[in-house]
Amino acid sequence: MSGPVSGPHAHGAISLRQTMLLVMLALLPATLFGLSIYGWPAFNLLTVTIVASLLAEAVCLVIAGKPVGIYLKDGSAILTGWLLAMTLPPWAPWWIGVCGALIAIVLGKQVFGGIGQNLFNPAMVARVALLIAFPLEMTTFVAPKPLFTESAPDFVQSLAITFGGGMHIDAVSSATTLGFVKTELGRHNPLDGALSQVFDLLNGFTGFMPGSMGETSAMLVLLGGLFLLYRRIISWHIPVAMIASITLLAGVFHTLSPEHFTGPLVHLLSGATLLGAFFIATDLVTSPVTARGQIIFGAGCGVLVYVIRSWANYPEGVAFAVMLMNALTPLIDHYVRPRVYGRDRKGQPLVYKGESWERDSEASR
Amino acid sequence: MTDADLFSTRRLWRFHGGVHPPQHKRESNDQPVLKAELPGRLTLPLHQHIGAPAEPIVEVGDLVLKGQRIAKAKGYVSAPLHAPTSGRIIDIGDYPVPHPSGLSAPCIVIEADGEDRWIDREPIADYLSLEPSELRNRIRDAGIVGLGGAGFPSYIKMNPGGGKVIETLILNGAECEPYITCDDALMRRQADEIIGGMNIVRHALQARECLIAIEDNKPEAIAAMRAAIEGMEGVEVVPVPTLYPEGGEKQLVKVLTGKEVPTDSLCASVGVVGTNVGTAAAVYHAVHHGTPLISRLVTITGDGVGRPRNLEVLIGTRMDELITSCLGDLAKIERIIMGGPMMGFSMSRADLPVIKTTNCVLALHRESAPTHTAMPCIRCGACADSCPINLLPQQIYWYSKFRDLERVQEYNLFDCIECGCCSYVCPSHIPLVHYFRYAKGDIWIKEREKEKADLARRRHDSRQARIEREKAEAAALRAQKRAALEASKAAAGAADTRKTEVEAAMKRAESRRQAAMDQAETQRQKAQARVRPDAAKDEVKEALKATKETPSAEQPPEQQAGNEEKDA
Repeated sequence: MSGPVSGPHAHGAISLRQTMLLVMLALLPATLFGLSIYGWPAFNLLTVTIVASLLAEAVCLVIAGKPVGIYLKDGSAILTGWLLAMTLPPWAPWWIGVCGALIAIVLGKQVFGGIGQNLFNPAMVARVALLIAFPLEMTTFVAPKPLFTESAPDFVQSLAITFGGGMHIDAVSSATTLGFVKTELGRHNPLDGALSQVFDLLNGFTGFMPGSMGETSAMLVLLGGLFLLYRRIISWHIPVAMIASITLLAGVFHTLSPEHFTGPLVHLLSGATLLGAFFIATDLVTSPVTARGQIIFGAGCGVLVYVIRSWANYPEGVAFAVMLMNALTPLIDHYVRPRVYGRDRKGQPLVYKGESWERDSEASR
Repeated sequence: MTDADLFSTRRLWRFHGGVHPPQHKRESNDQPVLKAELPGRLTLPLHQHIGAPAEPIVEVGDLVLKGQRIAKAKGYVSAPLHAPTSGRIIDIGDYPVPHPSGLSAPCIVIEADGEDRWIDREPIADYLSLEPSELRNRIRDAGIVGLGGAGFPSYIKMNPGGGKVIETLILNGAECEPYITCDDALMRRQADEIIGGMNIVRHALQARECLIAIEDNKPEAIAAMRAAIEGMEGVEVVPVPTLYPEGGEKQLVKVLTGKEVPTDSLCASVGVVGTNVGTAAAVYHAVHHGTPLISRLVTITGDGVGRPRNLEVLIGTRMDELITSCLGDLAKIERIIMGGPMMGFSMSRADLPVIKTTNCVLALHRESAPTHTAMPCIRCGACADSCPINLLPQQIYWYSKFRDLERVQEYNLFDCIECGCCSYVCPSHIPLVHYFRYAKGDIWIKEREKEKADLARRRHDSRQARIEREKAEAAALRAQKRAALEASKAAAGAADTRKTEVEAAMKRAESRRQAAMDQAETQRQKAQARVRPDAAKDEVKEALKATKETPSAEQPPEQQAGNEEKDA
């Protein structure tokens, strides 16, 4: 018989590791789709990024003197690498993946004290750093070249693309919808006619268009997101608030001036909107805890995404928006707290008025 | 019985959070209830309830009869103790008791003579003719405390005081903890006794209505209780949804009435009194049969016992004997828990006595009592979602880990009911409740130290004042004498004499005034230190605190949390 152990003596089924595994499972459809349309180079980049993340995590754990096995097995490093790779241009060279992994794991996570301690979403820290440091590589996208079709590079060619110092990628590069919109607006061309050249509703939904490895398929990302909601890994507050605020802003501005602002559907189906709403902004560590806090956080992300896309220099703003809101998370958590049982909103004990049992605070509202 | 019968037309409210742990109730419910064998020796801790320990009124060597009072209540919040069987007192001293600290405490040990001979009992023929206060005294003298787990002396609950009107008496048969079925068994077997007890409590409180709350996973108990209240006015059996911790007093009040018990108040402040069904049955026996609380139903269950069941057990019976009688192999048992898996505590040894609050002895094998390595918090908020009080456990955890005792109170640590939902759902297996108990203990220790320091400072100040005053008095006396001397010396100079006399008189007056002021100050301080008028209320609060004050003897959470980030 063992000595006293603190209760409770029962535990629910879900563990940290299972949480991470479920998120990976949710990412799988969109990832497989990305790999199939961008081919072997995308596969190489994904592998390199995840392996580099795991190695970086292991080295950091050794330096920090933590048990490497237990912490590597929690799956968080794999997930960080995976999420980062999803947001990279699929034909980017190997060192983009490695640099990104190092930034994400070392600067984004371990420097703060490891899992659970980081203020910013590690994958987004890496993506923003890469975008600023290597703007060319980070904005060179390719049109879909599905695996096993004639136009697709075979495995050997893919090694040259990923590891060979880059083949003449300009030959195959193609603009993303948001990039195209930015360029056209820069040239003072009205949008309505030009947009139809690059954006097609069906492709936007299925994901058959140029873009980051795992962001393009709105349908499959949404599927994964709904799975996370169903398994209660995430709650609806952040995704719904974020999508709603983007839709609202895009709807209003598009109605006012269709030649300068694209409509809500373009915003929702292109770039990292859905991946951001379901997988990145909802990162448990860096988002607020309370439901109301999450709604504020999600809405803030949505507004910032729209503002950056419409008026800032970058065509895409999800990473910046999420990071900015990450910085506000401690503040939101400080001010937005639930009403405790037996207390009013201010934290004072509830007062009942005489026999009517009316709640004072409610009556006065 | 169909599902429709479990449905109540009554409006129910919801409390925040809650969890659905596996129930494990069927195991112990399948077997009929038996009387446990009469043990050869009974160990009765003097402290089995919230409040002050009882005081022995017998001596070693005394012969006692079954039901004889052997220890009396000490103070307002306390309960007496009775001999569960006839026999001889063989020792009064410290023995290990079932308590989270694992420490020993004063006990009375009885060697049974095997005759089980009753003392003369005095049933009350017509309790309706008695004043509520007389009824309460009877219940107090019978040693009845809350049998649901907390052990709060019942007669105090029946005395809301302050002219409070009690609208609703809630009979708590929710029994939301997994594994435990003793209340279920009692409701199925002794529904009439429970209702009898309920009527007595209702009379004492003059409550307008009675609600009997039973979780809807107990259809047989619901049916039995409904049959027992057939034709009664203002009584209703209310099936409530199965959701842990539905049976928590505050949660049940919310579910049934929609009211929330204000922080720092008792249920009576919203016109509700709650009592466990087992307690009601004990009240019935005390009034109608004159039987004190000397036995109770205990669920012996878990995969550590071969035949889980409910037993009627004399208080003071050893738990290992009960486990063995239910075909449990002590050598294979990894963990023995008093209470349920959510709020119960594990014990360091098996030979501890059953006390008045022992509703369950849960014996678990290694497979069902796993220990997990705690991982870092990932701020997922699952704990906050599950908290029935709507606290933010991850924030409280964060601040208790770093001993920020002000912040933990700002996040309402003391509203935590330690139900264990947060630890249950935590994906990182952090023993959150353990941290919270530890932080509470820390704060209590600090508060007591502060009180001590304040007292010492007050003492020091008044001593200082006394010394000053004595000095002043001595000085005044000296001055007086000197003045008198000078006066007699200078008797010739009449003008001088007059002047000196005036001066001396002024000095005397001054010193008298000073002395009076000092005295007033000391009296004021004394009055402050003396018992305040609302002392009885304070005593209840103190007692509540004191019984919760266990964690200081426990391991610090860091040690138990194991590998969790020592360097964080």
